[in-house]
Amino acid sequence: MDVSIRHVCKDFERFPALKDVSLDIRSGELIALLGPSGSGKTTLLRLIAGLEPPTRGAIFFGDEDASFKSVQERNVGFVFQHYALFRHMTVAENIGFGLKVRPSSSRPAKSEIRRRAHELLDLVQLSGLADRYPNQLSGGQRQRVALARALAIEPRVLLLDEPFGALDAQVRRELRRWLREIHDATNHTTVFVTHDQEEALELADRVVVMSQGRIEQVGGADDVYDRPNSPFVYGFIGDSSVLPVKVDDGQLWLHDRTIGLAAPELPSGQATLYFRPHEIELLDGCSGCISGVVAASRRVGGSRRVELEVGGARDRVEIELPTDHPATQKSRIAFRPLRWRAFPAVSAAA
Amino acid sequence: MSLAAKAGWRLRTPSVIPGFGLTLGFAVTYLTLIILIPLAGVFWRTSELGWSEFVALVSDPRTKSALQLSFGASLIAAAVNVVFGTIVAWVLVRYSFPGRRIVDAVVDLPFALPTAVAGISLAAIYAPNGWVGQLLAPLGIKAAFTPLGIVIALIFIGLPFVVRTVQPVMLEIDREVEEAAATLGANRFQTIARVILPALAPALLTGFALAFARAVGEYGSVIFIAGNIPYFSEIAPLLIVIRLEEFNYAGATAVATIMLVISFLMLLLINLIQAWSRRRFGYGA
Amino acid sequence: MALDIVREETVLGPARLSTAKRPFKRPTTEGPVAKAVLMTLALGFLGFFLVLPLAAVFIEAFRKGLGEFMLALGDPDTISAIKLTLTVAAIAVPLNLVFGVAAAWAIAKFEFKGKTFLITLIDLPFSVSPVISGLIYVLLFGANSMLGPWLKSHGIEVLFAVPGIVLATIFVTFPFVARELIPLMQDQGTGDEEAAISLGASGWQTFWYVTLPNIKWGLLYGVLLCNARAMGEFGAVSVVSGHIRGLTNTMPLQVEILYNEYNFVAAFAVSTLLAGLALVTLVLKSFLEYRYGDEIAGSAKH
Repeated sequence: MDVSIRHVCKDFERFPALKDVSLDIRSGELIALLGPSGSGKTTLLRLIAGLEPPTRGAIFFGDEDASFKSVQERNVGFVFQHYALFRHMTVAENIGFGLKVRPSSSRPAKSEIRRRAHELLDLVQLSGLADRYPNQLSGGQRQRVALARALAIEPRVLLLDEPFGALDAQVRRELRRWLREIHDATNHTTVFVTHDQEEALELADRVVVMSQGRIEQVGGADDVYDRPNSPFVYGFIGDSSVLPVKVDDGQLWLHDRTIGLAAPELPSGQATLYFRPHEIELLDGCSGCISGVVAASRRVGGSRRVELEVGGARDRVEIELPTDHPATQKSRIAFRPLRWRAFPAVSAAA
Repeated sequence: MSLAAKAGWRLRTPSVIPGFGLTLGFAVTYLTLIILIPLAGVFWRTSELGWSEFVALVSDPRTKSALQLSFGASLIAAAVNVVFGTIVAWVLVRYSFPGRRIVDAVVDLPFALPTAVAGISLAAIYAPNGWVGQLLAPLGIKAAFTPLGIVIALIFIGLPFVVRTVQPVMLEIDREVEEAAATLGANRFQTIARVILPALAPALLTGFALAFARAVGEYGSVIFIAGNIPYFSEIAPLLIVIRLEEFNYAGATAVATIMLVISFLMLLLINLIQAWSRRRFGYGA
Repeated sequence: MALDIVREETVLGPARLSTAKRPFKRPTTEGPVAKAVLMTLALGFLGFFLVLPLAAVFIEAFRKGLGEFMLALGDPDTISAIKLTLTVAAIAVPLNLVFGVAAAWAIAKFEFKGKTFLITLIDLPFSVSPVISGLIYVLLFGANSMLGPWLKSHGIEVLFAVPGIVLATIFVTFPFVARELIPLMQDQGTGDEEAAISLGASGWQTFWYVTLPNIKWGLLYGVLLCNARAMGEFGAVSVVSGHIRGLTNTMPLQVEILYNEYNFVAAFAVSTLLAGLALVTLVLKSFLEYRYGDEIAGSAKH
């Protein structure tokens, strides 16, 4: 089922939670809404589900305008961060609930409901726990039950709100892989919300990066990581180093020296340079490079992070060096970013 | 303190805070003198009676009919209170309307209003010439001086027990659970019937038991409206008073014993429901 | 919640660009009809069963005018009943207050064996019929008991006298303060007290300067409920008092006597005082819950 979000706005008590959001979700796609808290990602998910009405705009399921259809009519599977299982029902009863509440004309027989519940339990690898109560399950098991319950109604779209948010790191990683497998097996159009970039990049076909009620960038993991299209995405996804620079005639200048990077598309004036600390080349001499004095150095995993004072302690920038690099305190290092982007500074533009 | 000092067995885990011996000693002594010894007296007196005499006293037809009336009317009143108490709690928890705070305070009125005052007021309202009584009379319904009047008084007295037991549990119902039911296709009625009410069941049972226990023992608000006709509208607590006035201590004690035993069983039942519910579903009331 | 939808509708109604033609149905609330029915049922039930009797008290009391009302209150027996009620409450409430604080201190600040059982015992009077609460003292101090005649020979009357009334009142109001304080003090833990002790405060200083300020509103709340019940208790007191006019009649008992003598105006006049007490209690209680809600934790249950 294609889902199309068209110019959707949502205000809560006049506070704008979503500002003119448009997004096309393709059938069978696994898509992540990624952003910090308050970015509007959960609101967008709830709007798709029909748990909230949009203030303006429309949401289409296929060719049909679903904007003001009730949740019940939309037939979406929703998985909540805190599972929202019915505590007084067994696992099997939880999974069968969606079928049991159907009008009698379309309600399967009791034995059929039971059979389907067991089938789904097999799918989520919880066979044998059918008669347990949610209280007797671990967090990871509860989330699997919640997913099986959502799948039981054969939803047109599967929506997951921070599905692994309440679980510890180990279980998270396991469930992540497992969700991908389930998705590949069932091929549901799936949207999940997360604030964890690693989760979004690893799991999703496409990542929707959101900030302050707007979509910043939509793209595959490579797109959003390698080609961030805004300072926010640069800062939010992966590590980034930042330097204030000046653009003059398409050349980037740091203080009074050119650094050998050309940005012909940028207007002259103040700008900010973004690059990944590890995407650099070290240089010996320095004509057209960034050079600085090592101010601090620390070992991070398989590499060394070095903080450089650039331009006489006016700016600090972080780069990554091999662990065997002989850099010590006060030694001078010259480098040039291999992959980078510069954005016109907001204050300069204003 | 001396108790705790005995080797091996420890009454309490050590603490730097002083006053354990003093406060526990005082509390236990006071409790024993005011509550335990006098209460034990009832059972002591009953045991003096001997089994056959006890059975004879309890199976006296007037006693039996009083006990039946007390328990029957209390059951009906508690059931009514469960239904309306749940609705009242729901409205107070879920809806916002002007004066909600005042309505919430009104629920506690039966706790605060002395029972004798409630009693004469209800009697006046439901008497054949009272506000409600004269409306009921043409319909052939007599409320005052009948078991119906007793039920009305017991509804009055029991309502806050249900509301105040159910209310906090309702407040803690997770909205996500209701949303989950809706996304699964349940309409509002199905969500309430299959998701919300079952989640409230332990609290409802507890509220019912509390209202029932209170109603069985209630005296002041009932005796004015009941008419107190033996074999018809005479409640068990009143029978105790009558036996005492006749200096028939054995008779009074026998009725009291039955009532106490049933109260304690109710108390035990409530605790069992709570414990079972907590173990099974992870929540109580 | 009720306002939620209304706001959304009025703010956004005309500005909506979508093609939708019907209002959005919120998944976690009832439709307007169901809501109206539930509100009507709830408010109607409360109005009919709770407010009506309260209103009746005041209306019946003033049925024959203010003069009759004042006359009824001026009756010497009534005045002595008022005095006795105040006296009994003045003795019973402080005793239960001290007990409540001591019990809560022992239970909340220490871990010891049999704690749960002790809490159950404290709650016991709530599950005993008021009549039985009176009966137990009749059995203990009555003419054919062991204690009664012995005390009488030493000139001490318990039954059908003020001490009996006080005892019965203490019994029925026994749990109120303790019940309020125990959960509150358990929530607050022992950190503050341990800090005070480690800074060199004595036990009394710790209680006075650290614990008491933390529990004062909860304590007041408990005392309020305890006092309301102490002044209003009928069943238990009725059994032990002997109904001696001007001597062992409390206000609720006076109400009964006047009512049984068909002196309705007087009965309701005395009742207005008790109903007034109930109203004041409710107002103060609501105020405390509103203002100091988190400082009187565990307040919802009785």
